[in-house]
Amino acid sequence: MPIPVTIRIQQADFDIAREIAALTVLRTDIGAVVTFTGICRGSEGGEPIAALTLEHYPGMAEAEIARHAETATARWPLTGLTVIHRVGRIEPGENIVLVVTCSAHRGAAFQAAEFLMDYLKAHAPFWKREEGQSGANWVEARDHDDAAVSRWTER
Amino acid sequence: MKVKYFAWVRERVGLAEEAVEPPAEVRTVAELIGWLAGRSEAYAHAFETPRAIRAAIDHTHVRPDAAIAGAREIAFFPPMTGG
Repeated sequence: MPIPVTIRIQQADFDIAREIAALTVLRTDIGAVVTFTGICRGSEGGEPIAALTLEHYPGMAEAEIARHAETATARWPLTGLTVIHRVGRIEPGENIVLVVTCSAHRGAAFQAAEFLMDYLKAHAPFWKREEGQSGANWVEARDHDDAAVSRWTER
Repeated sequence: MKVKYFAWVRERVGLAEEAVEPPAEVRTVAELIGWLAGRSEAYAHAFETPRAIRAAIDHTHVRPDAAIAGAREIAFFPPMTGG
């Protein structure tokens, strides 16, 4: 049976409680909901940050997240899944990304949420530009994000 | 074919997208990067480190040796930093 999968890319903030309710209302088969929220930090490497601006590749970003959502639903017995990624200017303390995974038991929900975040960071076409004291700079990709992805394929 | 640029590749090229018609001997993504880099100083700057460039054909990630024949849309961008 197909499970509810919601993928949204939006400028607006999201309401975590509302997103959980949307997946769980009238359901009695869900025993575990895991949420991950990525939040904009106020400093990076000791330097204060005024804001992040997130650029994305419309069309491919949705397609890429959908591919990873399919992989996750094939790999774990999920009963619901939501991924929301914000774009545009985001200030410290504001939400950037939300992953909600539902399953009958917590193990699958925890693992699928972590898998989706690892893949999102390394493969979904989004780019962060940081406004710091010395001007605006594109954030460089980190090797440990690639390493985080590889652990899901190494056996 | 349509070519799209994102993040600092877009800034360096000075365009978000354009239509290009590379010559027939340009067969792969890596060859397209080489051909684009030869168009002007701005393109040369954008593509000066091919290792730092990621590519997608029709919304799917591809490697530099991927064939571009039949592609509707090819995108070039730096390693991704979302999430």
